[in-house]
Amino acid sequence: MTQAEFQVIRSHPSSNALSLFAFLMVSIAASLPLWGESSWMREFVEIACYFIFAMMWNLLAGYGGMVSIGQQVFFGLGGYIMLICGNFLGVNPFIAILIGAVFAGLFAIPISVIAFRLQGGYFAIGTWVISEVARLSISNAQFVGGGSGTSLTALRGIDKATRESTTYWMALFCVVLSIWLVYLFLRSKQGLALLAIRDNEVAAQSQGIAVSRMKLAVYVVAAIGAGLAGALYFVGNLRISPDAAFSVNWSAFAIFMVVIGGIGRIEGPIIGALIFWALNKFFSDYGTWYLIGLGLLAIFTTIFFKQGLWGYVQQRWGWTLFPISRKLQTMGGR
Amino acid sequence: METILQGVLLGGLYGLFALGLSLMFGVMRLTNTAHGDFIILGSFATLSVISTGLTPIQSLFVTLPIAWLLGYALQRYVLNGTLGKDPLPSLVVTFGLSIVTQNFLLELFSADPRSIETDGFNTRGWALTESISIGVLPVMILVLAVSTTIFLQLLFKYTSIGRSFRAVSDDPEIAELMGLNSKKVYALATGLAFVLMSISGSLQGMRTTVSPSDGPMLLLFAFEAVIIGGMGSFWGTLAGAMLLGIAQQIGFRWDPGWGIWCGHMVFLLILILRPQGLFPKTRG
Amino acid sequence: MNPVLRTQGLTAFYGDAQALLGIDFELFTGELVAIIGANGAGKSTFLKCLTGLIRTQLESIIWKGQPIGGTAPGVIVRSGMTMVPEGRRLFPSLTVEENLLMGANAQRHGPWDLARIYKLFPILKEKKYLPSTSLSGGQQQMVAIGRALMSNPEVLLCDELSLGLAPIVIKEIYSAMPEITAEGMTVVIVEQDVAMARRVSKRLYCFQEGIVSLQGHSQVLTNEDISQAYFGV
Repeated sequence: MTQAEFQVIRSHPSSNALSLFAFLMVSIAASLPLWGESSWMREFVEIACYFIFAMMWNLLAGYGGMVSIGQQVFFGLGGYIMLICGNFLGVNPFIAILIGAVFAGLFAIPISVIAFRLQGGYFAIGTWVISEVARLSISNAQFVGGGSGTSLTALRGIDKATRESTTYWMALFCVVLSIWLVYLFLRSKQGLALLAIRDNEVAAQSQGIAVSRMKLAVYVVAAIGAGLAGALYFVGNLRISPDAAFSVNWSAFAIFMVVIGGIGRIEGPIIGALIFWALNKFFSDYGTWYLIGLGLLAIFTTIFFKQGLWGYVQQRWGWTLFPISRKLQTMGGR
Repeated sequence: METILQGVLLGGLYGLFALGLSLMFGVMRLTNTAHGDFIILGSFATLSVISTGLTPIQSLFVTLPIAWLLGYALQRYVLNGTLGKDPLPSLVVTFGLSIVTQNFLLELFSADPRSIETDGFNTRGWALTESISIGVLPVMILVLAVSTTIFLQLLFKYTSIGRSFRAVSDDPEIAELMGLNSKKVYALATGLAFVLMSISGSLQGMRTTVSPSDGPMLLLFAFEAVIIGGMGSFWGTLAGAMLLGIAQQIGFRWDPGWGIWCGHMVFLLILILRPQGLFPKTRG
Repeated sequence: MNPVLRTQGLTAFYGDAQALLGIDFELFTGELVAIIGANGAGKSTFLKCLTGLIRTQLESIIWKGQPIGGTAPGVIVRSGMTMVPEGRRLFPSLTVEENLLMGANAQRHGPWDLARIYKLFPILKEKKYLPSTSLSGGQQQMVAIGRALMSNPEVLLCDELSLGLAPIVIKEIYSAMPEITAEGMTVVIVEQDVAMARRVSKRLYCFQEGIVSLQGHSQVLTNEDISQAYFGV
């Protein structure tokens, strides 16, 4: 019996085409400040933050198997650390964004000690409580403006056009960076380990995968990403307050984006963010009815399209934008 | 001390909030993130019914059956489909319901805080000593909380439906083998939980003002009570609620801005030091 | 005489993995049939298909002349076929007596009630108010059997009664078999213990990796037949 030869293939013809397309889009996008309106740049920054936060929520829930309604704690912490660095330590706010992200990741370590005591649905609510503790604590911290918040003074003195285009480029950079990092992470051995844990924790453990260390790693990475999004948002917003920074709506929107787009898939948050942006653009004037519609849409999609819209598309037509699964293809042999 | 007394009385109401959550999680491992919002829905439902001229007591005859039906139908036709190993579907669906409920109420009632008129009943009190007095309504709520806990304990321990609840909670697959229809049993549990939530909502509306976005806060209180008390035990949940109430009152006494924060702290402390809660019921 | 239970080409899947590749099986009223086979051969899967815990094609299981593949377990129990599950699977939150009472949910008439179960397994009467899982392995097995008997089945499926039990306890359990089948109950046992299976059963089937590798009368089959069929060499 001859030995069959196996090849592990990762890319799919359509994904190469889509990757080229993505590269072109990014290049065009980078040139936007030269020809676009400033409102477009502001909108992009906002959607970028929503998207990065959603992508990290997707990493945590879809790949790490941990569903959290409290990720906004890192969003807010990232924002406030950025503010402190910018306002009180004289750091360039754009650098401070990265510092905020790193510190959010550091905070994730002690927070995980508490949060990991809970599982499943109770873990989700428990993380929300932790976020509330942060919100209430900072509401009582007068040096950062207490309950009513404060402004980012470090960017005063820079003219509007420069500030807006720099913020925009920073946002674009953060988006590309976060997608690239998640993509790399999931393609790596750590990523495969993560998928194994998600599918069957006990089996993964029996294969020698250090489950709790991996879970902590994902939690920290997701926190860094959330902190990045938060710090970026408040650089764009120029004003921060505890209610805005630690609002549960962040998680709600992330859940919405990921559920619509498909959980456990890298493309999911992208599709979800685009749909969310479109819905926001056309319907947010309807206020409460818009939100009711969003809620019903999320319920409907969860029940009838368990894989999300993109997941449905993927199953139906086999499209993949980000090839992270590996196909085993026999070549010759028997 | 008066603070502790007030805390215990507050704990009574929190207990009512928490028992419904404990019930749903105990029977079907479902975390209902819209729990608080449904309680508020109950408050506003009572408000509407009373505005037609009925007294608060009479309104119960309208709201409670509707709550039962709503809970039963919701579980049977929507939530049952979300149960399973993955916590995400039930979380997303209940979260969606939370948003829908809040905004629906906002649309109907606007964001103004309202309260349920009780003709001054909610301000009546007894003076225990010269300096300490306790309200009649809070005491009534506490009595109701304790009776409900006793009722649930007895229901679960001695009745056939209670046996069914315990069986499907232990092993839904083998319960099916025994001829139990787990879909119906779950629906009955949720119906019961909704009745509890409806009553708590009415009482909350009498005790203080309610507004459409109050739901999440109540969810967190109920949740904290369950975790502090320990899972699997109704008495534990009630005890946890008391402790939470006391912690909050102590916090309020110290500084009004830190009341709820104190409750959160006690919750986190218990989670760190004794994650199984104070009075968990261990299973064989 | 027509078989009371018959399967034809029964297949079953766990996700994408096929556990049963086409089982043909017959059961006649009043007999005790054994199913033997190595771990993973598909024996428990087969019983789960019969009781509706695993979905199968409607026509692949014929029970009392009616196709029942994929029917809900509750319906099947009420029509007279039930199972003592692998690993006992008692309800930990229920006492011994409550577990037994659970079996009566099927509301079928017959000779089995609490009194008779306690007569069959007297130790259970002593422990009836204790949490079911506080009993020893053998006693839990008695509870599991009693619970199934409470539904007064026509056909009783027993999945690995001897699992995790000491030989002396296994003997004690099986010594109750004559009493159980006294009124003509039909029994199928899935057994790891081949010798015990041969001793108590009239016919036996041997499963091997999802197919029936051998069937015949328990006393007629030779040791070689069985080990060949068991291991598939």
